Amino acid sequence: MANIVQFENVGLRYGAGEETLCDVSFTLRSGQFYFLTGASGAGKTSLLRLLYLAQRPSRGIIRLFGEDAVILPRDRLPGFRRRIGVVFQDFRLIPHLSAADNIALPLRVAGMAESEIARAVREMLAWIGLTERAGARPATLSGGEQQRVAIARAVIARPEMLVADEPTGNVDPVMAERLLHLFHSLHRLGTTVVMATHDWHLIDRVPGGHRLHLDRGRLVDPEPVPPMPEPPPSTLVRSGL
Amino acid sequence: MTRGSKRKGGGAEARALDDVGGAHVMSWVIAIMLFLTLLTAAAGLATAQAAGALDRQMAGRLTVQIVEGEAQRRDAAATRVLAVLRGQSDVARATPVPQADLARMLQPWLGNDAAAAELPVPALIDVDLDSDGGDAVRRVTAAVTQASAAARVDSHATWLGPVGRLLDTAAWLAGGIILLMLGATAAVVMLAARAGLEAHRGTIEVIHMLGATDRQVARLFQRRIALDAGIGAGVGSVMAAVAIWIVARQVGALESQLLGGLTLGARDLAMLVALPLGFVALAVLAARLAVLAQMRRML
Repeated sequence: MANIVQFENVGLRYGAGEETLCDVSFTLRSGQFYFLTGASGAGKTSLLRLLYLAQRPSRGIIRLFGEDAVILPRDRLPGFRRRIGVVFQDFRLIPHLSAADNIALPLRVAGMAESEIARAVREMLAWIGLTERAGARPATLSGGEQQRVAIARAVIARPEMLVADEPTGNVDPVMAERLLHLFHSLHRLGTTVVMATHDWHLIDRVPGGHRLHLDRGRLVDPEPVPPMPEPPPSTLVRSGL
Repeated sequence: MTRGSKRKGGGAEARALDDVGGAHVMSWVIAIMLFLTLLTAAAGLATAQAAGALDRQMAGRLTVQIVEGEAQRRDAAATRVLAVLRGQSDVARATPVPQADLARMLQPWLGNDAAAAELPVPALIDVDLDSDGGDAVRRVTAAVTQASAAARVDSHATWLGPVGRLLDTAAWLAGGIILLMLGATAAVVMLAARAGLEAHRGTIEVIHMLGATDRQVARLFQRRIALDAGIGAGVGSVMAAVAIWIVARQVGALESQLLGGLTLGARDLAMLVALPLGFVALAVLAARLAVLAQMRRML
């Protein structure tokens, strides 16, 4: 199985402060499901930003799809970004576009014909269960619906890698389960998934999922997932899922 | 977003920038700038036309005055000078101005006395030269003053020259003002594009992260600015056309020989029509340059 991402001694520093990420080294293999865990402020979002090329590291080597992403010329970045789907923590839907137009954006960016876009968007809306809400603006959608639109936008172009920053952080347990199901089905189609989460109980629900654990900017061996009965089960478990 | 996707969804991304604060202000700014530019351009072009007409009027034209108080001696000298003028190879045409015409011209100041025979009115001869060179003027002047000591030669270029230079200066000044207006418009559009980019930083970042190139993002702003500038150009053009039409009517009603030269030819009108299109093109170019410059600062 090919390596899709390789970090070697990567450090990231904002301004003159301490390093947010320090000597981070890991490899992601194509078609695997990775959970990125760690306390708030551990550097999860910063690491994800490096993954989806929103940031260059202060030091170290990042190889992405077999190429050195640190020295990648700026004009080649869009091509790489189109191979990565991103689900932002705060959804970041475009407020003046309908759900369908938000979902269609990556395909339009890629220059796909409108007829194909319409078909793909219809399928995607059906997949996330929002066919009836195709024309709704993000402001009129619930948090869960917005999250599903954000996920649909991230995956519609069938990216080689999907990066999701706390995609279940703002939704109820039922919705969290449904979203995880969406990610898992995408993973089964061969997409590499990297998902930052606080919810350890979701990790158990993806067989074969790997964990990367960050502690104060350093990648450390993940603590074992606590057994289900203790500490007290999350709302997800209480809901019977 | 790409050319191929313009058919239906091309406007979808453009709507992402629909809430650009002050978008309609941009239309008004363009309308006002274009209105002023068109007025300045019309004035400049008409002035240039007038200067050209004056040049043609002045070129190689002389007036010979026979300043002699006694009418018989004046007429004899005028006949002599006229004969000399008509014998000069530099002279294309020499025409005496009838005394009745002179009396009519003086009437506003002297009343009916202007026609009185005893009034010492000089005799005038209008002369057209074959060329407008200074040598011809000097040769004709020498011949005329030799024929009569009472003869004085006035070259039209001498006394209308300052007027012509003033008109030329005014035309150049109008050109300079137009350049300044274009520069100011470009600067305003660039500022507006930067403000729009800042206002939509979040949206732009998302589109950027989805793999949009700088040019694709710039195209969104170009469309938006082109629309605003187009509306502004339309409004400004209509306002300017009305103002120019009113002024042209009033100038025409003056029946002034000098102001009569203030006309707009077909080429001038074509330039005026091209200006709004140029404004929109300039606005789009300025927006593109501003957005591309800003985008290069992003990763």
